[in-house]
Amino acid sequence: MKLKGIPVSPGVAIGDAFVLKSEVISVPAYRISESKVPQEVKKFFDAILSTKRELRKIQERVAADLGGTYPEIFSAHLLFLDDPMLVEGTVELIEKEKWNAEKSFDTVVKKVLHSFSSIPDEYLRGRALDLKDVARRVLKNLLGKGEESLSDLKRKAIVISYDLSPSQTASLDRDRVLAFATDVGGRSSHTAIMARALAIPAVVGLGDISSKVKSGDLVIVDGNKGVVFVNPASETLKSYTRKKRRMVYLQKVLSQLKDLPAETLDGHRVKLMANIELPKEVENLANYGGEGVGLFRTEFLFLNREVLPSEEEQFEVYHYVASKVYPEPVVIRTLDLGGDKFASPLEIPKEINPFMGWRAIRFCLARRDIFLAQLKAILRAGKKGNVKLMYPMISSINELRQANHFLQEAKEILQKEGKDFSRDIEVGVMIETPSAAIISDFLADEVAFFSVGTNDLIQYAMAADRGNEKIAHLYQPAHPAILRLLKHIIDTGHSMGIPVAMCGEMAGDIHYTQLLLGMGLDQFSMGPVAIPQVKQVIRSVTYKETKELVEKVLKCSTQEEVKKILEKANQPFLKFFRRDGR
Amino acid sequence: MRFEEGMLEKEIRVGNPLGLHARPAAKFVKLSQKLNSEVYLEKEGERVNGKSILEIMMLAAEQGDLVKLIVDGEDEEKGIEILGSFLAGKDET
Repeated sequence: MKLKGIPVSPGVAIGDAFVLKSEVISVPAYRISESKVPQEVKKFFDAILSTKRELRKIQERVAADLGGTYPEIFSAHLLFLDDPMLVEGTVELIEKEKWNAEKSFDTVVKKVLHSFSSIPDEYLRGRALDLKDVARRVLKNLLGKGEESLSDLKRKAIVISYDLSPSQTASLDRDRVLAFATDVGGRSSHTAIMARALAIPAVVGLGDISSKVKSGDLVIVDGNKGVVFVNPASETLKSYTRKKRRMVYLQKVLSQLKDLPAETLDGHRVKLMANIELPKEVENLANYGGEGVGLFRTEFLFLNREVLPSEEEQFEVYHYVASKVYPEPVVIRTLDLGGDKFASPLEIPKEINPFMGWRAIRFCLARRDIFLAQLKAILRAGKKGNVKLMYPMISSINELRQANHFLQEAKEILQKEGKDFSRDIEVGVMIETPSAAIISDFLADEVAFFSVGTNDLIQYAMAADRGNEKIAHLYQPAHPAILRLLKHIIDTGHSMGIPVAMCGEMAGDIHYTQLLLGMGLDQFSMGPVAIPQVKQVIRSVTYKETKELVEKVLKCSTQEEVKKILEKANQPFLKFFRRDGR
Repeated sequence: MRFEEGMLEKEIRVGNPLGLHARPAAKFVKLSQKLNSEVYLEKEGERVNGKSILEIMMLAAEQGDLVKLIVDGEDEEKGIEILGSFLAGKDET
């Protein structure tokens, strides 16, 4: 059986399924005698205490894994356990009605959930889920079933479930999870972010995989293509096993490159950097040989939570990343919310055409409070680290100037507050709208660097949403129009004396490494796992030959011709990496 | 048990943009739990226990809503001062 979903974290895993079912707890109900009341009350308090201990443990684990405000999700859970309504309410039922503790507690919880449901409020509906989560734990403890969760995971396995709650992922034994596959979710769901941070392959949005798979079934999760095979045919299994073995081997070979420079045979040096979204990811950077962070996405700070992050919280996160990569730089991109990302306290309205809508810098310029807090935090982190600032989605000089105006204001406020900050932080823009590419000479006059966001640039230039199956084929990095745009951006940057980086997916795709190298791209920023392969390509070619390659492809009028030439130039590498099906 | 006359009350407009939701509710409860007094909140005639996060969330008070804060006990003056300014304030942390 083959299931298709959304790939949210790359890599391939083969292994046994571990299906996480949200089993129904049956609550026993019986009356107790007067003399048993104190014992029953004590049993209840013991269960509350054990649940508190569990939650604190989870909280610590999450703090260590993710930092930021993730642990706070559990603070509310803990408060529930102290709530007079729940606690005294339950004790009262035990004492007056002589119900057993389980039945008493369950009755009270149901009553609360009922009153929650009568209030038409999105927020409360979320809290109702939290309450259910906590109540489950208490009931389990009352019934002596111990801690629920993935700690039952005794062997390495692929975790399959409807969805994973933060408390579930937190209780996972990381070393035993080979991959995630879930029924629901998207790129910014909790499971997805977690999987990417831990470099575990994951596919979400698979429909009803959790009911189709049984624990122990053999499963293949392909986090590159977004497919999951359940009890695969022997041919499929063989080919994936081969692929997997090859990947392991390659990783070993390529890891020897980590301390070598990204330099061509004739001595042209470029910089390979990492795109990250969770602070934790910088810890592994050195293993891949990344030279700093070329794109630090800050959206995670604003997603899956209730309250906006404060300046202080943001500062701590930025400072942490900056100090970890120092003296290498970290390029922090200001908030790029909107488009396809939601589920945040910002309540960005849903739009018909979100990619062309109210997002990124457009959103920030309208939300002074949010933008200033972020700029202040970045400026402060810049005092101690090598921090650069980058605005997303710039489409005109006015936007850049407005954003810089806010930056100036942020500096003045910091000055007044007497806080340390970087006075001369480098400011760059992402070039991801065609308009920005076309006026890149004007932009270059007012910024310190460019970073090309190819994912958006290509879809805007081609007017094709790559998430839309019917037209995804129009999304073509090799289209002559895209090549001209890229060449134009890089040439303009250089003629104006500023470096040009790329942080879109194209930068980490070895099919385009020679092309981009030949165009003169200075910095390639990509998912850390792609760095060794790209470095391998760069170290095997001469700058001269890649420049000749560029000359050749720029003369092609169709993407097919371009691809053919690139394919030929890439053949030795493709053979070496044997990347099927792309 | 104290008598009605001993308690303090104050009408306040909720200042927090998030209303008495989420973290503000949690923070309010944490503050009120530190007091040795009874704490109640009232909105539109409905009175809830100020030390219960569940009851406060059910009140669903939004920014700008008028609520009555009632503190009754040995440290009621301190309580009405601290909780009152928290309710009126915009603290988003």
